[in-house]
Amino acid sequence: MAIVAEQSRFSRIFWPTLAWITAIVVFFPIFWLVFTSFKTDADAVKPEFLFKFTPTLENYSNMVDNYDYWRFAGNSIITSVFATIFALVVGVPCAYAMAFDPTRATKDVLMWMLSTKMLPAAAVLYPMTFLTKNFLGIYDTKFLVIVVLMLVNLPIVIWMLFSYFKEIPKEIIEAGKMDGVDTWGEIKEILIPLAWGGIASTALLTFIFCWNEAYWTVRLTTTDAATLSSLIEGNRAPEGLFFGRLSAVSTAAIGPIVVLGWFCQKQLVRGLTFGAVK
Amino acid sequence: MGSIKLKNVTKSFGDTEVIPPLNLDIEEGEFVVFVGPSGCGKSTLLRLIAGLENTTSGEVIIDGEDVTEVTPSKRGLAMVFQTYALYPHMTVRKNIAFPLRMSGMDPAEIDKRVAAASTSLNLNDYLDRKPGQLSGGQRQRVAIGRAIVRDPLAFLFDEPLSNLDAALRVGMRLEISEMHKQMGTTMIYVTHDQVEAMTMADKIVVLQSGRIEQVGSPLELYNSPCNTFVAGFIGSPKMNLLSGKAAEKYNAHTIGVRPEHLSISDVKGDWEGVVGVSEHLGSDTFVHVHFDGSSEPLTVRADGDLELEYGAKVYLTPDLKKLHRFDENGRAFKL
Repeated sequence: MAIVAEQSRFSRIFWPTLAWITAIVVFFPIFWLVFTSFKTDADAVKPEFLFKFTPTLENYSNMVDNYDYWRFAGNSIITSVFATIFALVVGVPCAYAMAFDPTRATKDVLMWMLSTKMLPAAAVLYPMTFLTKNFLGIYDTKFLVIVVLMLVNLPIVIWMLFSYFKEIPKEIIEAGKMDGVDTWGEIKEILIPLAWGGIASTALLTFIFCWNEAYWTVRLTTTDAATLSSLIEGNRAPEGLFFGRLSAVSTAAIGPIVVLGWFCQKQLVRGLTFGAVK
Repeated sequence: MGSIKLKNVTKSFGDTEVIPPLNLDIEEGEFVVFVGPSGCGKSTLLRLIAGLENTTSGEVIIDGEDVTEVTPSKRGLAMVFQTYALYPHMTVRKNIAFPLRMSGMDPAEIDKRVAAASTSLNLNDYLDRKPGQLSGGQRQRVAIGRAIVRDPLAFLFDEPLSNLDAALRVGMRLEISEMHKQMGTTMIYVTHDQVEAMTMADKIVVLQSGRIEQVGSPLELYNSPCNTFVAGFIGSPKMNLLSGKAAEKYNAHTIGVRPEHLSISDVKGDWEGVVGVSEHLGSDTFVHVHFDGSSEPLTVRADGDLELEYGAKVYLTPDLKKLHRFDENGRAFKL
């Protein structure tokens, strides 16, 4: 009995301590980023001002006044929202078909879709740039960013929705068929209301992925369609100067998504651990 | 309206043929029960009629019209599922109204029909609840309600009572039979329970491995089963089947005697045996008698008051007029 008590006292102290250390290690860079964004560029690199400094909003006002923050933010919102909507518009019927009317090829199709995520993005950088710039003439347009973000995330969207739809008993869909509903009605009246939680988690995650995407948004845009990722990239001075400014831009870029994630924690956790229970 | 005809219908899943070519006529207004052991293809057959499975070949004809390629929603049939398959996000009222709403019916008419259905099924107190708040029996009523409001050509029931407890099952069985008498609509009912089949059906279809073994009224199947499978499947307790010497005496490869057609005596009789377990039901006593001529103990339906000691010697005599004879292929024949 004594050993058990001792062990439980040990674990009572050990595990929370470990959890706190992990949390601090993970959270520290974010904290540091926000912290630095309130320093001037000069103060940011001086060790003597590590914690003792005069906070300033100069970086933020500079960002809004001189770097057109709202345009970048607007582009980020528009491209992420529409890419998410289109990914769902394509993904829901696709996952529906595979979940409720599978053929022998369904598994292979799912694997094939996932395999597109294994392709290194850099490998298609040249054809993508060439095609969009010289051939289609849609380089640096929001349309292009939306299409690319949607396509990049579509495999994940379909996989997630497929797993959610699989949890819905087949008989309910069949009952719908017997009750005189056509395919569109099945999706609208039965599937979407039943899988609403799953669709919302998928939408949220897709939105976050779109918002954070940097590889393509930086490379396929210059000014008109540039998103917040491009704004951060543009403020990354190779000499390592302007840390204050860079931190302010980064904070302003991650801020909205952190707030969104905070409010939708429950949905997100379900989305990230989908399939874990089964 | 509501006659259903299957013409040379087959169904294969991959290379496995689950329904070999099959023909069946279901008359308008008939209560037909598909019965058979699990995996015999009875549910698949029902789903072929519903259109939830595609036929591999053959035709499904409803009211003289070939509907083989028609989607389930256009066949005019209603189905009640074993798992009820209610829409969990809708209230009982919305569940029942759903097929009417989908057909674009006038809301006032929908309300009227939902009210009529819920009254006849005693669901008035539950109309605003969701299926999750109902008991199994109530859910099944909702599922039936959802089927009857549409006034379908035929009802399809896929083992609708097997998720209910025994007492409820008997009650619902009666209600469904009553419903059929009142509405007179064609009903096809799938079950593995031969008691349900016997008590409810106008016509029983006994299936084994996707093949129809016999079609007939409950009493036809009971009185003249066409083979040993049907003989053993229909009737409860099941028919005693004896082969070998005991059967040869009656000029057959196998003979069958129902428990109610065996008389038991402690003085004299044709077969001498030893009493095993006696099951007292009050109205009847099922005596299991060990007999050398049979590998399994014979079951005798005896008087409810009969008291026999375990291990006592008894004599059994079959009623010759009710004896069933089968040849070496298990087919019934008459002398």
